[in-house]
Amino acid sequence: MTANNTISNVISGDKGSWPLWEIFIRSRQGLDHKHVGSLHAADAAMAIENARDVYTRRMEGISIWVVESKFIHASNPDDAASFYDPANDKVYRHPTFYDLPDELKHM
Amino acid sequence: MSVQALIDYTLHLGDNALVLGHRNSEWTGHGPILEQDIALSNIALDLIGQARNWYEYAARLINGGGGKEVTEDVLAYLRDSRDFRNCLLAEQTNGDWGKTVLRQFYFSAYQFYFYGALEHSRDKELAAIAEKSLKEVTYHLRWSSEWVIRLGDGTEESASRMQRAMDELWTYTGELFVPADYERKLSPAGIGVDLAAIRPLWEQRVREVLKAARLESGEGVWMQTGGKQGKHTEHLGYLLAEMQFLQRAYPGCEW
Repeated sequence: MTANNTISNVISGDKGSWPLWEIFIRSRQGLDHKHVGSLHAADAAMAIENARDVYTRRMEGISIWVVESKFIHASNPDDAASFYDPANDKVYRHPTFYDLPDELKHM
Repeated sequence: MSVQALIDYTLHLGDNALVLGHRNSEWTGHGPILEQDIALSNIALDLIGQARNWYEYAARLINGGGGKEVTEDVLAYLRDSRDFRNCLLAEQTNGDWGKTVLRQFYFSAYQFYFYGALEHSRDKELAAIAEKSLKEVTYHLRWSSEWVIRLGDGTEESASRMQRAMDELWTYTGELFVPADYERKLSPAGIGVDLAAIRPLWEQRVREVLKAARLESGEGVWMQTGGKQGKHTEHLGYLLAEMQFLQRAYPGCEW
């Protein structure tokens, strides 16, 4: 009965216990959803509505995704050296060694 | 059709939106959680935006007839409660969150069907403002319906608070569908909304949501009326005293 528990939290003023949601907004057709921030909501439906009210009031978006924060798994900052540094000297991985035809734009 | 009826009608719509918008704005900074504080403040701003459109049109109609020049600000800030034609439901106090969302639900359901009919008005200005407002109201109705269901079908305490809100507010719902004289004049001309036609739609929607919320509607209760004719409950005077204070104390003040 999670929904009921969250309602009790509203009544008792226990604001900390609504789960946190990460919000992703697509600003225009054809673009990706981008992470814009997080907010509290009792369930997914409320999270989408809260995101609509908090993050799209100024015409920022045309589509919303919400994911409960606990389902996001992140890399460990302590791994940064072994994760990212080895890519530093691999310049040949960038596709910059080809002659592109003039007709190709936006590469 | 007289121009006076159209002016009264437009003011009635503006007063509904302004008074409920102001009531909702009283929650700003006091919402139960930040996200809902923003949600209700957005609804308040939508309603006050609608009020501006109605008052702007009313001012044009009034000024077209000669006499003392008025603006939307004069209509909002310098009329007394006797001149306000909003429904009694709109001016009822916020109470707890349950009462506020129930008041919004009753009113948004009314505005939803009302604007849906008014956008076909033969008066192009009324139709245009109704069409623009309907998009906002569609969201207000969705938001408030979900809260009524959430709280009604929530815990023992939330259900009892919703039932209390129902007992307090139901008596003010009948007036929504009792036409004032200016409504009776405009409806047959295809300019105003036929309230009898939208009433069953409102009742059906309210029944569905209350059923989902496991709440009992207060059928058979005696209904209060008078707001549309300027006879208000005690609450409107306090609301206006606060809302109009600045313009009354410092006429023409700008910032």
